[in-house]
Amino acid sequence: MVKSGTIILNTAARLLMPLQLLFSVFLLLRGHDEPGGGFIAGLVAAGAFTLYLFAFGVSATKEVLRMVDPRDLIGIGLLLGMISVVPAWFMGQPFLTAQWWTIPVIDFKASTPLIFDIGVYFAVLGSVTGMVMTLMEVDKDEP
Amino acid sequence: MQLAVLMGFLLAASSPLLNRWFGHRTSFVLALFPAGLAAWLLLQAPEIFENGSLLLDWQWVPSLGISLTFLLDGLSLLFGLLITVMGACVLVYAGGYLKDHPDIARFHIALVAFMVSMLGLVLADGLFTLFIFWELTSITSYLLIGFNHADIDARKSARQGLFVTVAGGLALMAGLILLGIASGSWSLAEILDQEADLREHTLYTPMLICLLLGAFTKSAQFPFHFWLPNAMAAPTPVSAYLHSATMVKAGIYLLARLHPELGGTAMWVGILSVVGTTTMLIGAFLAIHHTNIKKLLAYSTIMALGTLTMLLGIGTEYAMTAFVTFLLAHSLYKGALFMVAGILDHETGTKDVTQMGGLRALMPVTAIIALVAALSLAGVPPLFGFIGKELMLESVLGADRFRMLLVLFAFVASILTIAVAFIIALRPFYGKRHHTPLEPHEAPLSMLVGPALLAVGSLLLGLMPALLGANALLTSAATSVSGETMEVTLSLWYGINVALIMSIISLGVGFLLFKRWDSVRAKLSLLAPIMRHGPEAGYESMMNGIVQFSEWQTRLLQNGYMRNYILVMLITLIALIGNSILLRHSPIFAFDLDVRFHEVVVAGTMAMGALFATTTRSRLGAVVSVGVMGFSIALIFILFSAPDLAITQLLVETLTVILLVLVLFRLPRFSNLSTSLERIRDGVVAAMMGILICLLIMTAWSIQQFEPISTYMIENSAPLAYGRNIVNVILVDYRALDTLGEMFVLALAAIGVIAMLKLRHGENSNGKSGESSKVTTKEPYDG
Repeated sequence: MVKSGTIILNTAARLLMPLQLLFSVFLLLRGHDEPGGGFIAGLVAAGAFTLYLFAFGVSATKEVLRMVDPRDLIGIGLLLGMISVVPAWFMGQPFLTAQWWTIPVIDFKASTPLIFDIGVYFAVLGSVTGMVMTLMEVDKDEP
Repeated sequence: MQLAVLMGFLLAASSPLLNRWFGHRTSFVLALFPAGLAAWLLLQAPEIFENGSLLLDWQWVPSLGISLTFLLDGLSLLFGLLITVMGACVLVYAGGYLKDHPDIARFHIALVAFMVSMLGLVLADGLFTLFIFWELTSITSYLLIGFNHADIDARKSARQGLFVTVAGGLALMAGLILLGIASGSWSLAEILDQEADLREHTLYTPMLICLLLGAFTKSAQFPFHFWLPNAMAAPTPVSAYLHSATMVKAGIYLLARLHPELGGTAMWVGILSVVGTTTMLIGAFLAIHHTNIKKLLAYSTIMALGTLTMLLGIGTEYAMTAFVTFLLAHSLYKGALFMVAGILDHETGTKDVTQMGGLRALMPVTAIIALVAALSLAGVPPLFGFIGKELMLESVLGADRFRMLLVLFAFVASILTIAVAFIIALRPFYGKRHHTPLEPHEAPLSMLVGPALLAVGSLLLGLMPALLGANALLTSAATSVSGETMEVTLSLWYGINVALIMSIISLGVGFLLFKRWDSVRAKLSLLAPIMRHGPEAGYESMMNGIVQFSEWQTRLLQNGYMRNYILVMLITLIALIGNSILLRHSPIFAFDLDVRFHEVVVAGTMAMGALFATTTRSRLGAVVSVGVMGFSIALIFILFSAPDLAITQLLVETLTVILLVLVLFRLPRFSNLSTSLERIRDGVVAAMMGILICLLIMTAWSIQQFEPISTYMIENSAPLAYGRNIVNVILVDYRALDTLGEMFVLALAAIGVIAMLKLRHGENSNGKSGESSKVTTKEPYDG
């Protein structure tokens, strides 16, 4: 049985979670050039939600997540992974060949590997958060 | 063309939508698709007759030699036309037969998907694509046979058909790969064109056996024939389509396709003639046992398939003509007869011919169609079946090997077939009226159009074989099968010869047999105890054996205890790696004593963590010390400049500890479950594993056989993949397909964990036991 946390934990969780999530997005976007990437970023984000789960419990975390069920995140991740496969087809190149575009105004390198990495991010985030959440949910109801 | 065919899958997928728009008329709308394809094929016909063949090039995965190229020659044109024309007829027929069926959308999906797969199979030029379409026909036919999924027999038959054809499919795959290796090409057109003779190749025998296994299972040749009569559990439109004209002929198609390259050897002639004639005789013989009209037709289809195989075995020019003619004739009359059987079943409510009688007055049109089609089956002039049968008997008489045997078998089989034809044509429609479960009346127009069309085809082609370019089509098809240029000119009258005399005698004897059918059947029922030991019994006991074996090995290896799984995995690893290291390479002990102080500290911490984890009695302590090991590993990654790995390791370790802590609450109290002997065993295995991995790393370190691939990756990471983080580039670009697979594995694992937890949860809160308890009892409680 996991009890809701102490004041210190609660305060820390409330402050840390946005930072952690922001950091995870940072890790995700820099991943192609610097240490980071979808898998690591997904784990960091999952860590953020896990911390929140420990501090405030399942129902509060579900409120934070609003409409999104972690299980849906898994699906979204897989879908993004599959979507990143498609553009190469239209270019007449083999399956999964990376495509790169530069978005002019902000000079941002958009690419199918990035979409793919975001897919990895969501799949990891969804899987881990889903598992932890279910474990805690089941725990709560047991005597 | 490829696009048009592949669009069929899209059409299949959208048929539920079409059902909503068109209601009862969906079948007729869908029938436009095969009709259109048939028209397209006909438009290509003149060019094919002119040039012999037509290649529609479309590369798919050129680097692997996989193409979606279509090869259109006489043989594929004949098959393509059969598939599309029969497909249109069957769809229209199904519109009447399954009217108001709640699941008709599912039927449309499977049937159209099957049609497309079958068309792809006969048109494919690439060996890989041929195989893919081959397997697709197996799967879609499984769905179609098991269409009435609430019926246990239908499910069982569908599974049986699937197992037999898919097992054959495996053999076929091996055969096609051997063929590709032996010929050096993955394209049928190239293989058929090349000079080199595959018959001389060392791989010829294994290749031929594998290919024949594939073809024989698909085309229900003895001893794999048993699945076909069972497949009659399918709705009748399916039987009419799959089990008479198309799918069962896929194996025949393959044999005919490869005949020019592989045929003619003693082995080919021997196997095909013997298996073909045996199948033919057994099919015809078993047919007259049955009173179920669909079974009668199914066994007579087996007989026809055997005949086709036999003709390919004989391999003379005459046999080739007979082959293509018989193929066409059989599809026309058998399709019509199956549809008639469906009408009878639909209108009277029974499939038993002995329960029907005197229906001629009530269903005049059906009676005429049945009569025409059945007379074609019997081979009565002036129907097209007569020409087919004449040619068949002629080629048997002209066979080079086994002539007397073939003649005898063919003669007996044709007598039996004639009896079957009379049973179907006369029994339900003449004689005394019987009481039937439903009050019979004439079938709706939609159910009559298809069979009527096919029956008219049998009649017209018989009367005027030159009509509609049939000669040209069959010439072209026979040329593709024989591999040499041939000229087919069919005619109804070849003069008085041995074949004609045999035909006349068999007609007489067959009619007598029909007259005495009831008493013959009574005598045959005495054979029932022997029949039970047929190949189907072998199939059953094999399946039971597999189930028993898997139960035994599951109890032994996968009993649900974590410790067992780990033990089995480690022992396997030790055996395999140890074997390979000791026997193939000599193990190398290489100690590099140039170690830094901090490295020793990290390694020592890890060793201590491991030691503590195995000896402590506190679970939390064990978790923490395992965590210590994990973090030390992360430290090693950092020391050896792999920041990505280190970060990942840290995060995974953190989450693992969290997950373990959450699980710890759920475990029972700590207790010692294993005896000291077992612990010694575990210790020995663990120590061996450790030593082995150590050896493996040292050996691997000192052997460098290839240029490491990492050099390429490091060099090309920035210029090709625009990324400086090589680990990430590997994950999302170089090896993205692997990562994609891993994503799916992760998702499946997560769904599995969530589902199992929820199951337990639901069970605990509801106090229910049942299916879910089986899952939960397998969860290990390891102390």
